[in-house]
Amino acid sequence: MKVLTLNFLTCAVKSCKTSVDSFPLHPKDAELVSDDVELNPQLLVNLLPRIDWNALRTTATELGFPTLPEQPPTPEELQADEKMLQDLHKLLMETQISEGKLVCGACGHEYAVREGIANFLLPSHLV
Amino acid sequence: MLPTPSTSHVPYSRVYEPAEDSFLLLDTFSQDSETSFLSTRFPAGSSPTPLLLEVGPGSGVVLAFLTAHAATLLGRSDVLTLGVDVNWFACEAASETVRRTVGEVEAEAEGVAGQVDVGNGSGEKGVKPRKSQRRSGHLLATAQGDLASPLRPGAVDVLVFNPPYVPTDELPTLPKELADPTTATTTTTTTTTTTTTTTSNDSEKKKPVPKTTYAQESTLLALAYAGGRDGMEVTDRLLASLPEILSERGVAYVLLCAQNRPEEVKARVRAWESERGRWMAETVGSSGKKAGWERLQVVRIWREGV
Ligand SMILES: C[S@@+](CC[C@H](N)C(=O)[O-])C[C@H]1O[C@@H](n2cnc3c(N)ncnc32)[C@H](O)[C@@H]1O
Ligand SMILES: [Zn+2]
Repeated sequence: MKVLTLNFLTCAVKSCKTSVDSFPLHPKDAELVSDDVELNPQLLVNLLPRIDWNALRTTATELGFPTLPEQPPTPEELQADEKMLQDLHKLLMETQISEGKLVCGACGHEYAVREGIANFLLPSHLV
Repeated sequence: MLPTPSTSHVPYSRVYEPAEDSFLLLDTFSQDSETSFLSTRFPAGSSPTPLLLEVGPGSGVVLAFLTAHAATLLGRSDVLTLGVDVNWFACEAASETVRRTVGEVEAEAEGVAGQVDVGNGSGEKGVKPRKSQRRSGHLLATAQGDLASPLRPGAVDVLVFNPPYVPTDELPTLPKELADPTTATTTTTTTTTTTTTTTSNDSEKKKPVPKTTYAQESTLLALAYAGGRDGMEVTDRLLASLPEILSERGVAYVLLCAQNRPEEVKARVRAWESERGRWMAETVGSSGKKAGWERLQVVRIWREGV
């Protein structure tokens, strides 16, 4: 699963949906692999408004990527900033989590990731 | 006609094999009316990247089709796609189907763009190889889960669901060991291999092939078609989650069969309350006409006037 996925996922436990702590899920013991994807600046620019920047900063730091700036770049800034384009491209489009866990900050539930597939099925007492 | 993604690598003993319902979805998305609806709803260049979720991708035939042909079907290639299926083998199969199909489509686009002789008999030699435009969107992940439960509220722009729609007396439940087949592997393999297991090489250890029993496989296939009461038990849960899961501009495509009483389903959706705009439900594709009745249809659900 691409790291970018974490920006769209949350804990599957119903009562966690309204808790701010359930997003983003926190990777634990994550093994990362990298895909070769061609850089597409327009894709990253169109993606910006879809991204929860604070959550992405958290994810980047937790996975050991360089710290992202506090504020997201504007489309113009991003287009003109080759380094930022490269960094975001690598983090969002190329990096995959292949093994590990995703932990909910609200209920503590750990979702296993195996062979790149995260398992969000809940044990019956959490449904 | 866009080619149907190849799913010949998919283990059909555990994963739903593409059938009339799957093909109806491909046909529906290929129609001019649908491509123009989607490209108007998500205008390329001026609107944020759409996120597409297929619930229950099975073999991945529909997810691969939509991902690989995003530029044709949605009018843009900056489309992100996701699949969520209860069946782990479906998650694995679907992501492989998408990977292969995107690979083929992009290789072909490269080939055409890079061709020196355009091959139309004009003999235009010496045309400079140019870099091709990407045709495909990007698969983010496939994940094991129940319906759209792992998604953030309001995140999904296009949702596709070919549900288990056949009326049945009971709804199958996923056996515990199949909720996580990758860990079940070790116990299953040791019980099945009673003879000559002194050597096992490293590569086998790294990527265990989960084994399934015949009974488990029947359950996995039942999960793909058995819809309980009126064939609507799973679909009703998905429909109920739409107002929360779809973005304001979001649109869902849900396949129904005649026994699901599609007219009633559409009327129910249209009566949903909405703070902004109003809910719409229309049949946008159908197949298998029998005595004036459509056996299968695809219903599009969206908010107008938001
Ligand atoms: C009729 S098959 C459709 C497969 C594929 N989309 C196609 O069109 O060929 C239904 C799929 O939904 C999955 N499914 C059933 N119940 C589900 C649930 N509650 N959450 C997620 N997926 C589910 C099944 O495992 C199966 O892959
Ligand atoms: Zn939680």
